Amino acid sequence: MRLRELAHSRTGDKGDTSNISVIAYRAEDWPLIRETVTVAKVTALFGPQIAGEVTRYELPQLCALNFVLKGALRGGVTRSLALDAHGKCLGSAILEMEVSAHDGGTGAGH
Amino acid sequence: MRTIRVGAGAGFSGDRIEPAVELAEKGELDFLVFECLAERTIALAQLARMADPNAGYDPMLERRMQAVLPACAARGTRIISNMGAANPLAAAEKVREIADQLGLGNLKIAAVTGDDVIDAVIDGSFVLDETGAPACALGDRLISANAYIGASPIVSALEAGADIVLTGRASDPAMFLAPLVHSFGWAMDDWHRLGCGTVIGHLLECAAQVTGGYFADPEYKDVPNLARLGFPLAEVAKDGDAVITKVAGTGGQVTRATCTEQLLYEIHDPSCYAQPDVIADFSRVTLAEDGPDRIRVSGATGTPRTGMLKVSVGYDDGWLGEGQISYAGPGAEARGRLAIELLRERLAANGPAVRETRGELIGVDAILGNDGAYPCTPREVRVRFAARCVTRADAARIGEEVESLYLNGPSGGGGATRSVRQILGVASTLIPEELVETRVQMVES
Repeated sequence: MRLRELAHSRTGDKGDTSNISVIAYRAEDWPLIRETVTVAKVTALFGPQIAGEVTRYELPQLCALNFVLKGALRGGVTRSLALDAHGKCLGSAILEMEVSAHDGGTGAGH
Repeated sequence: MRTIRVGAGAGFSGDRIEPAVELAEKGELDFLVFECLAERTIALAQLARMADPNAGYDPMLERRMQAVLPACAARGTRIISNMGAANPLAAAEKVREIADQLGLGNLKIAAVTGDDVIDAVIDGSFVLDETGAPACALGDRLISANAYIGASPIVSALEAGADIVLTGRASDPAMFLAPLVHSFGWAMDDWHRLGCGTVIGHLLECAAQVTGGYFADPEYKDVPNLARLGFPLAEVAKDGDAVITKVAGTGGQVTRATCTEQLLYEIHDPSCYAQPDVIADFSRVTLAEDGPDRIRVSGATGTPRTGMLKVSVGYDDGWLGEGQISYAGPGAEARGRLAIELLRERLAANGPAVRETRGELIGVDAILGNDGAYPCTPREVRVRFAARCVTRADAARIGEEVESLYLNGPSGGGGATRSVRQILGVASTLIPEELVETRVQMVES
């Protein structure tokens, strides 16, 4: 199923770095999200759009993940020639990710 | 001790004014804070001040103050804002003028200055995060350098009796932290409470983004009465816990979901949110329902500040020339791609000096790029072609080339538009806090 069925998201920007939160609608879906929405899958989803490293932070009490994507904004909000220089639309794209209980598998979430 | 009520009257310089008036009239506020200064806004304001020494403050200052001052003065709600931008003194004078016009006497208006550190940046060798080169190497291209100042000078202004405090570049959460420090007498080394106040400020600083703005997604996240979206307020207790809520009857909603999205907005490591006054720790924050449209925030804390202040450095980064044109019907995408190829060839052959170009099809690959996964044939596309140029005249050529596609491009082009704007780059560096001397000056209506 698509991540959109389980979680919502918001994108923020600072300089050339974007951050994308992934927040479970229901606490019972948090373990699956934590297991399957990994740095590797986020890196693969955005591909060459992200120039730098991707880091994941966990906030289990809020059933939320926070991804930090360096080099995501083509030089940053003020310089970029992009239509969406803030990258504000990126967070919606992360919800296209396919997740299922068979994914992940490492148990580490990274 | 009773709680202190702090409202957010704006989350950016162009924000809606009506919800701020609603907060001022019905929010029973002690303080109303307006956050109006984005990264590049202060560089724009500095350019305005260079052109006119009495300009350089927020262009909506007059409209905002005319709208909220009567209600705030009647209730004794004190106002804090970074609408001073590049000229807090001129902004304070303007607000005094407005107060006089409205017949509101005895208002004390404070201007907080000292965030402008361009001299220190020119004399020093502060390295820019983005480029690794010293800021002073920008030479003539350097437009502005402003340090993010903390709560202390705003607290001083409140302690001196200011009804309205106008700053330049101040950290956004610090504008909310300052009235809490002032009201509760929190010490400036009480890292735990400074962390709590920073989280409250962070939740409020984007105004409607915590009350259901930037949130709605039909059928997944529906927001009631979004058209009449209200702005938030916090009821803060002396121990640093708070309830985020809004004026009853306004549109929108305050839920765990809206608060969680905003808590993580523009946050990197949640345990380490560096601010001028404290390193705030959001990592164990909890959000609990406390009635309809009421969320209780607890669990924040903080550790000692670094002693270094972030500085936003604004610089001239050339001119952006842009043009757009649409194609529709069968083959729209192929004609759009042909148009982009033609623009590249023509600009390379006879065109102006360009540093960087970008051609894209809006609705196909402008936002998420093109990885070949686009699932269907678009019925219409809009070509967007943009380039960074050294001069304004060169940048204007980009839109002219796009417009000439009408007669010289693929079949059926329509709705061409063109634009030129100056690009103000913003980079950041750090400066020791000792080099930033803030000052509070007061005028009275």
